[in-house]
Amino acid sequence: MQELDTAGLGSIRVTRKNDHTVVIEKDLATEQMVLAMGPQHPSTHGVLKLECLTDGEVITQAEPFLGYLHRCFEKCCENVDYPAIVPYTDRLDYLAGMNSEFAYALTVEKLLDIEIPRRVEFIRVIVAELNRIASHLVAIGTYGIDLGAFTPFLFCFRDREIILGLLEWASGARMLYNYIWIGGLAYDVPSDFLKRVGEFVTYFRPKAVELCNLLTKNEIFVKRTMGIGIMPAEVAINYGWSGPMLRGSGVKWDLRRNDPYSVYPELDFNVPVPDGKLSVVGDCLSRHLVRAFEMEESLKIIEQCISKMPATEGFNPRSAIPKRIRPKAGEVYGRAENPRGELGFYILSDGKSTKPLRCKARSSCFVNLSAMKDLSKGQLLPDLVAIIGSIDIVLGEVDR
Amino acid sequence: MEEGKVFSQSVQQSAAAYAIIHEKFGAAVSAFDANETMPFFEVLDARLWRDIALFMRDHAKLKFNYMACITGMDYQAEEKLGIVCNLESLSLFNHKLAVKVKCDRDGGFIPSVACVWHTANWHEREAYDMFGMLFTGHPDFRRILCPDDWEGFPLRKDYKVQESYHGIKVPY
Amino acid sequence: MTSTALSQFSIPFLMGSSLNVWSEALAGFNLFGLPLGLVILAAIPLVFIALYSLTYGVYGERKISAFMQDRLGPMEVGKWGILQTIADILKLLQKEDVVPTSADKFLFVVGPGILFVGSFLAYAVLPFSPAFIGASLNVGLFYAIGIVALEVVGILAAGWGSNNKWSLYGAVRSVAQIVSYEIPAAIALLCGAMMAGTLDMQKIIAIQSGSLGFAHFFLFQNPIAWLPFLIYFIASLAEVNRAPFDIPEAESELVAGYFTEYSGMKFAVIFLAEYGSMFMVSAIISIVFLGGWNSPLPNIGPIALNDLTNGPVWGAFWIIMKGFFFIFVQMWLRWTLPRLRVDQLMYLCWKVLTPFAFVSFVLTAIWEVYVP
Repeated sequence: MQELDTAGLGSIRVTRKNDHTVVIEKDLATEQMVLAMGPQHPSTHGVLKLECLTDGEVITQAEPFLGYLHRCFEKCCENVDYPAIVPYTDRLDYLAGMNSEFAYALTVEKLLDIEIPRRVEFIRVIVAELNRIASHLVAIGTYGIDLGAFTPFLFCFRDREIILGLLEWASGARMLYNYIWIGGLAYDVPSDFLKRVGEFVTYFRPKAVELCNLLTKNEIFVKRTMGIGIMPAEVAINYGWSGPMLRGSGVKWDLRRNDPYSVYPELDFNVPVPDGKLSVVGDCLSRHLVRAFEMEESLKIIEQCISKMPATEGFNPRSAIPKRIRPKAGEVYGRAENPRGELGFYILSDGKSTKPLRCKARSSCFVNLSAMKDLSKGQLLPDLVAIIGSIDIVLGEVDR
Repeated sequence: MEEGKVFSQSVQQSAAAYAIIHEKFGAAVSAFDANETMPFFEVLDARLWRDIALFMRDHAKLKFNYMACITGMDYQAEEKLGIVCNLESLSLFNHKLAVKVKCDRDGGFIPSVACVWHTANWHEREAYDMFGMLFTGHPDFRRILCPDDWEGFPLRKDYKVQESYHGIKVPY
Repeated sequence: MTSTALSQFSIPFLMGSSLNVWSEALAGFNLFGLPLGLVILAAIPLVFIALYSLTYGVYGERKISAFMQDRLGPMEVGKWGILQTIADILKLLQKEDVVPTSADKFLFVVGPGILFVGSFLAYAVLPFSPAFIGASLNVGLFYAIGIVALEVVGILAAGWGSNNKWSLYGAVRSVAQIVSYEIPAAIALLCGAMMAGTLDMQKIIAIQSGSLGFAHFFLFQNPIAWLPFLIYFIASLAEVNRAPFDIPEAESELVAGYFTEYSGMKFAVIFLAEYGSMFMVSAIISIVFLGGWNSPLPNIGPIALNDLTNGPVWGAFWIIMKGFFFIFVQMWLRWTLPRLRVDQLMYLCWKVLTPFAFVSFVLTAIWEVYVP
């Protein structure tokens, strides 16, 4: 028996019965269908376009197309002063503006080599962790929507609303904060801020468990995510995955722990990694679980920060900000743990200008998404949605 | 390393890693630039970059299994384009090292390392999209962020934006 | 119906009997030899359904989901937003009736119509009260099961005619799903028919009436009945494409499934058909397993609650309330559960529900034959 070329024609089988008889069988010709998923599609989390080659419900290949939200971040950076880049970083990962600002500020401070007041460090960590919770809430909520459970999304948003309120109180904006400046903060936190944050932590702690259970204890949810889109640890590292994605594959790697910055070395928190009991290590459920458990760790961090934070009367959060930010010639690669992984900034300074010669944002979503093509091979269309959801992309960060 | 200057532990680790590479490739790599913010070395013979990459990934004492970032660069003064790769041995040795590779400004090419680290795949496409250097041996070499028929490479220092794109006026 | 002294004075009952008089008078009203009265009479349930779909269905769904999700839902139009649906309908009416250029015009237009007709044809055999049924067929239940399959044609026409890949996906999924789930659904209903010994809807309900109220309902008549009841409920969810089986219109996967390209009034018609069939399956489940228009209240000694709460108008009240209850459960599930995957859906149908439906069929048969 012999199988001939099957490209789009249905397979042809040639069987030689004996010297005189040859049986040629031809299957019904089927064609693969090109399905453009996005850029306007409810579950691509923005303007991602996936060009899928489908055989019925099975995706044989899914090729991501990016750039619909490309706003020339890097070009903009070359044309503005260092402090003016901070608002642009908010717009990278707009769900976690504080974390992006934090990463950028850390990078430039590394280049400037300046000392930051301790209170500023603590405030930065508090707002960054609050924002991490808010970001994870969106991730968990929208993941529910991707799988058809609409209600958890609104519960998540209800609690996120409180965080946004707190951050608005501190910075004056709800999503695009421009709060963490190079060398300091825009403002000190309001006088009752820490008390309110403490109240939020006590309020949210049981809610976090509840929200986690709402999905992970649901049979259908588990069936839809368990064992789907498995990424082995080795491959994940090779793909450059970071953050909850990498931890979901079982690698205990958190920049807050492994490449500590700010006051994280003083703080006690766990790095949750799936142990294979609740999920298959590396699958969509693991990634979801990591995010769910991380919220609890963030709460722990916030609590410790509140108790350890030095109270200073008449504290000026702008005291350490240099009058004119002009780093010495040199280059730096600085990074921080964003809710979606490692957000890095490469900055090249010529030592003369107040503008960076080159500022590159290494976005975690961009790198995480690059595995999409391999992850989606041979999956069903609903599973593709589950995988995209578990990658938790923010297109603002992918396209920059 | 410069004399009389004490570097932090991570830079010393990077220096140790560099020493192994230098031992193997000798003149193909430049001297180690030790600095606190981003210790790096440069690949002088760009044709060897893929071999160096493979060596760095697979050598038992290096194990740079994680590529954090590739940054495309335009070295206008030197008439060169280049990339800066931030490599790291994630959860094994935890040492970091940056590598620079440069090529000619016009029609220069750099061997692709997408087969060494998957991360490089999209990052090299992005570098090409923004700077226009070619990556030989790349599995899927296209622009990534700009449209395929966009003219020029936006992040080059001498970039002039095109007047119109499909009848749309570009500079506002 | 035994009329006690008390019930003769009860206002609902009086209303009920007067309604019978009206309806009989109306049925006899022939204008120029045309049975106009009958047509009007038959149109009453349709009007009811339209009203229900407009006010309760959509508004209720929005409000129920809102309360489940810790929010208020529509609050702007009218008190508590009760007029929101009217406003929506007005908006939909004013919208341009878009037909995509590459669509198959005929199928595209005809699809929602077939869908609508298919889901509302079954109303002909739904007894809304002891005194009211559109068409008292002796194969009423069979007809109801069968006619629902017409919806499939409408869905396929809409999905194919749209000339949209997502619509096609939705349509193909939907057809596979509805056709598959008809099997456990029909077998489960057969259990009820077997207990009744008839396919006539009115007779099925009449058999379930008695002074003990709910105890006469088939669900409580034998210990096996809960199994076909559950099977039919689950299968009916799949038949009307409700969550967790809403994969044909899975908004996160298929944008909107087979009605992706529809807008304006055609969209409203599809929506209406969906709510129509939701009520239809809810009515069927309450007819076959929960006594239809029978009051669930028992006569307790001298207090003849059952007798008091039975009658044509009360009957309409009960069947509609039972239907609403199941619609509420459907909504409750929709806003609680994630969506199944296609293969899981088919697994559930062919490997779980169908075998269990057969088991319950056999067990019911044994029960009916050997247990008096």
